[in-house]
Amino acid sequence: MKPAQFTYHRPASLAEALALLRTHGSSAKSLAGGQSLGPMLNMRLARPDHLVDLNDLIELDSVRVSDDMVEIGALTRHHRVANAPELRRSLPLLSAAAASIGHYAIRQRGTIGGSLAHADPAAQLPLIAVTLGASLVIAGLQGTRNVVAADFLQSIMTVDLRDGELITALRFPLPVGGFWAFEHFSRRHGDFAIVSVALNFAQDADGKIDALRLGLGGVDTVPLRLPEIEARAQGRPADEDTIRELAAATASAIAPEDSAQVPASYRRRLAETLVIRAFQSALNREEGA
Amino acid sequence: MNAHKPEPLTLSLSVNGQTYDLQVPARKLLSDVLREDLGLTGTHVGCEHGVCGACTVLIDGRPARACLTFAAQMEGHDITTIEAVGRPDALSVLQQALHEEHGLQCGFCTPGIVMTFEHYLRENPAPTADEVRDVLSGNLCRCTGYQNIVAAVLKAAARMRGEAA
Ligand SMILES: Cc1cc2nc3c(=O)[nH]c(=O)nc-3n(C[C@H](O)[C@H](O)[C@H](O)COP(=O)(O)OP(=O)(O)OC[C@H]3O[C@@H](n4cnc5c(N)ncnc54)[C@H](O)[C@@H]3O)c2cc1C
Ligand code: FES
Ligand code: FES
Repeated sequence: MKPAQFTYHRPASLAEALALLRTHGSSAKSLAGGQSLGPMLNMRLARPDHLVDLNDLIELDSVRVSDDMVEIGALTRHHRVANAPELRRSLPLLSAAAASIGHYAIRQRGTIGGSLAHADPAAQLPLIAVTLGASLVIAGLQGTRNVVAADFLQSIMTVDLRDGELITALRFPLPVGGFWAFEHFSRRHGDFAIVSVALNFAQDADGKIDALRLGLGGVDTVPLRLPEIEARAQGRPADEDTIRELAAATASAIAPEDSAQVPASYRRRLAETLVIRAFQSALNREEGA
Repeated sequence: MNAHKPEPLTLSLSVNGQTYDLQVPARKLLSDVLREDLGLTGTHVGCEHGVCGACTVLIDGRPARACLTFAAQMEGHDITTIEAVGRPDALSVLQQALHEEHGLQCGFCTPGIVMTFEHYLRENPAPTADEVRDVLSGNLCRCTGYQNIVAAVLKAAARMRGEAA
């Protein structure tokens, strides 16, 4: 299991990286944490002629919190996303999800930009980006463009990224409510989840659910938000009956793939259970904690 | 197919505080350079896709998979391998605890586990058993059943805090 030959490039600036990617077009691949591309190179599922290492672009390892938005540089490692105090305060859902990615050593290297670009349908960070309505900042030699995460993620490992382009940052709007939860299920601790659920909501003065955002991973080729369920929750009390009804409605709203290892009916039941658990853990957590 | 034939690279690597000058192909994994070019065979290779943790080394003090890193990337970075931790007659606190608690049998997984926790215990000196298990999930061990490794890490942590003999 050794990679095929490639020429290694180590650009010192974003401009240099973009120029290299432009010159080598589809024969080049960018390398961030290497925690997904590394295995693909070793197994020769990827055989680029040119590898453009982004790890010297330290300006892309950054977190900026402003009044209405959090901007996270593409090269920010999962470990930092999980632990940075300003992120745990402003985007606790994102931090909690990042802390559950793979294993400790993987999180030291893997990056948020790499996770979005890789677009595994079971991955945590794309799910949270879709759930919270994040957008991506994408740079090319002609300039930058912004794409919302739900449009960026097109299918399994297929994204809206053209030859010569790089993700430079993710922008998250500040979540509206203080209730949030990330719940996932995998057969072994640290494996990719079979199904995962992310939610965020507020409660109005009467304790009714307001502005629910509900996202599911592992039930389709891309992470999904479920606007019908979100609308159905609006103004309802956050009690057991409502939660069970929303969880059952979620299970009927999805159409997961049926496979020999994981039947669709199993994924549906997992989704239902995880939605219930997510509401319960959001409500049980002391707000602000 | 792939007719791409790049020249080998001339690299200067800092490993365990020593500088090595060598020529390696760009595609050569850090794990293979450590073992084959530098003779540092304490870094083990199990799966070569990031899953088993046997190849874990420290890059600038943080645990990372040597099998998912190219040596070519490591110029300007400090690499620490198991060879820099303890000596046969003076084990590190963690190695001593692994020995006492029978935290290893064949020892294949042990270097990766030691490197991971040498760093983790500096970051979190008072972990719970659950936290230790969470971190240990990144290192596969086919022999011990993990219980003794968890006990050893907790014992080492307590000793490092000065709370256990
Ligand atoms: C044992 C193991 C367990 C794992 N478990 C999980 C898990 O449970 N959940 C999970 O979500 N992930 C998991 N991962 C994957 C991990 O999260 C990766 O870090 C992530 O998928 C890719 O990020 P990276 O920085 O390592 O990217 P790389 O592997 O370097 O690159 C991945 C892809 O993204 C492209 N890319 C990288 N950066 C950019 C950029 N800035 N702009 C454009 N393209 C870019 C690369 O060209 C490549 O195609 C696991 C990995 C391992 C080895
Ligand atoms: S050999 Fe590197 S993780 Fe298994
Ligand atoms: S001691 Fe044999 S694999 Fe862990």
